[in-house]
Amino acid sequence: METLLLSRIQFAANISFHILFPTITIALGWVLLFFKIQYNRTKQERWMEAYRFWVKIFALSFAMGVVSGITMSFQFGTNWPGFMETVGNIAGPLLAYEIMTAFFLEAVFLGIMLFGFSRVPNWLHTSATFLVAFGTMMSAFWIIVLNSWMHTPQGYEMIDGVAHATDWSAIIFNPSMPYRFTHMVLASFLTVSFLIAGVSAFRWLIGGRTEGVRVALKTAVFGAALLIPVQIFVGDLHGLNTKEYQPAKVAAMEGNWETDTGVPLILFAIPDEEARENHFEIGIPNLASFILTHDWNGEVQGLNDFVSEEGEVLHPRVAPVFWSFRVMVGTGLLMLLVSWTASYMILRRKRGVEGLPKPALYGLVGMSFSGWLATLAGWYTTEIGRQPWLVQGVMTTKEAVADVPAPMVLSSLIAYLAVYAVLLIAYIYVIFFLARRMSRGQPIEPLTQQPKAPITRPVPAE
Amino acid sequence: MYYFGNPEVWLPFVFAALMGASILIYVVLDGFDLGVGVLFPFAEDDEKDRMIASIGPFWDANETWLVLAIGLMLVAFPAAHGEILTALYLPVTIMLIGLILRGVAFEFRAKAPAPHKRAWNSAFFAGSLMTSLSQGFMLGMYVMGLEWTWCNTGFAVLTAVFLTVGYSFIGATWVIHKTDEHLQRKAVGWAQGGIWGLVLGIGAISLATPFVSARIFDKWFSWPEALYLSPLPILSGLLVVWLWSMLRRMPFENDNASWLPFAAATALWVLAFGGMAYSFYPYVVPDQLTIYEAASAPESLFIILIGTCIVLPTIMGYTILAYTVFRGKATELRYD
Repeated sequence: METLLLSRIQFAANISFHILFPTITIALGWVLLFFKIQYNRTKQERWMEAYRFWVKIFALSFAMGVVSGITMSFQFGTNWPGFMETVGNIAGPLLAYEIMTAFFLEAVFLGIMLFGFSRVPNWLHTSATFLVAFGTMMSAFWIIVLNSWMHTPQGYEMIDGVAHATDWSAIIFNPSMPYRFTHMVLASFLTVSFLIAGVSAFRWLIGGRTEGVRVALKTAVFGAALLIPVQIFVGDLHGLNTKEYQPAKVAAMEGNWETDTGVPLILFAIPDEEARENHFEIGIPNLASFILTHDWNGEVQGLNDFVSEEGEVLHPRVAPVFWSFRVMVGTGLLMLLVSWTASYMILRRKRGVEGLPKPALYGLVGMSFSGWLATLAGWYTTEIGRQPWLVQGVMTTKEAVADVPAPMVLSSLIAYLAVYAVLLIAYIYVIFFLARRMSRGQPIEPLTQQPKAPITRPVPAE
Repeated sequence: MYYFGNPEVWLPFVFAALMGASILIYVVLDGFDLGVGVLFPFAEDDEKDRMIASIGPFWDANETWLVLAIGLMLVAFPAAHGEILTALYLPVTIMLIGLILRGVAFEFRAKAPAPHKRAWNSAFFAGSLMTSLSQGFMLGMYVMGLEWTWCNTGFAVLTAVFLTVGYSFIGATWVIHKTDEHLQRKAVGWAQGGIWGLVLGIGAISLATPFVSARIFDKWFSWPEALYLSPLPILSGLLVVWLWSMLRRMPFENDNASWLPFAAATALWVLAFGGMAYSFYPYVVPDQLTIYEAASAPESLFIILIGTCIVLPTIMGYTILAYTVFRGKATELRYD
């Protein structure tokens, strides 16, 4: 394989692994703040019980996110030097603001949030929880600003092949940013809702029926049920925005080759890149036209419009975009079904969590990581959908890649993949291990065990 | 932007200074927690927990300084960022995997079932070692001008060992400050055993740099510069002697001045770093690319600078808050 493809796979592997953890921490921080505020307000121990369990998962996810994030910032230089050389004047300040306003905030206050409950006044602990949640949100904001700018660039001019910023507010509030940011934050909240619901259902099933599990499960199921319709609506708006600015991506998502009116919504097909057509197509007549133009006979642009006169293909590969889009939508619909059914069962005759029959609980356990699946599928849709561009209309991916020998990239790729596979297994294993441990009534070990000899003296007053 | 003269001159200088400061803060702060990881095999199991507790609340923020340093290089000197990191592709990869291992081992060793804890302890040690060695290797390669020759690689292997021992030294001084009794006495021993790494490391780099580059040689050994610079090596020498004699008498009565070795070690880093910065200025890629050639457009640098002026003091403030909250001897880390 050549360096370009290997570098792309390596970056994709890294960023796929990385995004799993911010997807959890972005929303989990706010959920923890919610637990903490509920505790402050009601003084009921069950909220603190939920907080104590989930703050551990937060710490674990945060560490995974930090270390895989550091990898990303280095890969810009090791594999994609052309990116910063061309658009560094725009990407640079955005990344700098992310590090300065977000990374430090979350990293510093995390210590107080995790280990400070008995060391600092309660208000400071609550504030630390807020600042960590706010920090993760800020970090998501800046990185999505940059990512969106790569999809819908504006507010710059090219001088000697290098982008120079002309209007920062146009850069920050570029056309796809509000949609992408909202879509991602909601995705994060849904991921966390299903994770909390799944792990709580697991604890409930194996007999850990504490009050803390009960409130966490209810919060998560109702949260998911409320947010999923909003997410579907926002997703639709995001799609319309993409149609306006990146029509080739939408054409690939729909698997639509020819520009036409009254285009069907394709449910299943095998796109054939060589023949430039679909095989085994099953579709609903006129529905794609209706979704994209809100008119049953609206005109929808096809992929064949994005082939230059010389035959150069200027649209992404169709199959990956087409399929990942369907995986995302399918998972979203499943989330709708599961969360609404579970909410109905809980609310029916006010039976609470007891109203959930075993199959429903198993269903929730099975959906624990559905958010990850949908988020990854969504990112693949939008990122592969931007190809062959790295920055839409400004530079192609090929132009940015470093001239590192292919075997070198291959060896680093294999090393990363091995580490990531082990860590992912360990991560999921530890979450369920902690859940089992809690359910058996064993408290989770503190970060360090009590020293054997009483060598610890009280903290001297300073 | 034009208040201080030509922005294409002062902005790159300011950013080089900021980047230098971040690297310096990083090597001191992450230096001590990497060093604690490197010292892991010398500690008993209960001591390991205590050592982890002494760095637990800080390591995340310490590593963020690396992100800031590399981020500033990325945003302010994009050309240099690409050139340096592609030249150091292999050690960078090893360092990143090391950072991943030790970062997650922190969490996993406390949360995984007891039988797995030993494995995560090893991962923590291995990750810390990989990170320290590869950073030392990169330092050596950088000093030698980023050329992969046998001679340069050999030198880089030496600096890799020296920096790792140097980190373990500053890690030991941190443990002296944060613990007491048996472990503290042990840490004094580690510090005594590790100080040579620092001395040889600083010595090797100070000797090598002037001979690799005639430009650097002239900067140091011409009159009257040599006179102005003489306090640097003299102070460093005095610090080493002072540290050595102090460590032989530690721990002091009532645990007085347990922070002194760490402070002295930090001062030593600062001096060594100052010397290096003087040698390489104005180059960001040694003898190839100056900070002025590699810098981003002034408009972009300026907008980052505005943010930096507001945010950096804030970061300092809450970093101090965190170190204050977790001051004193390291006690058991609890989530509640």
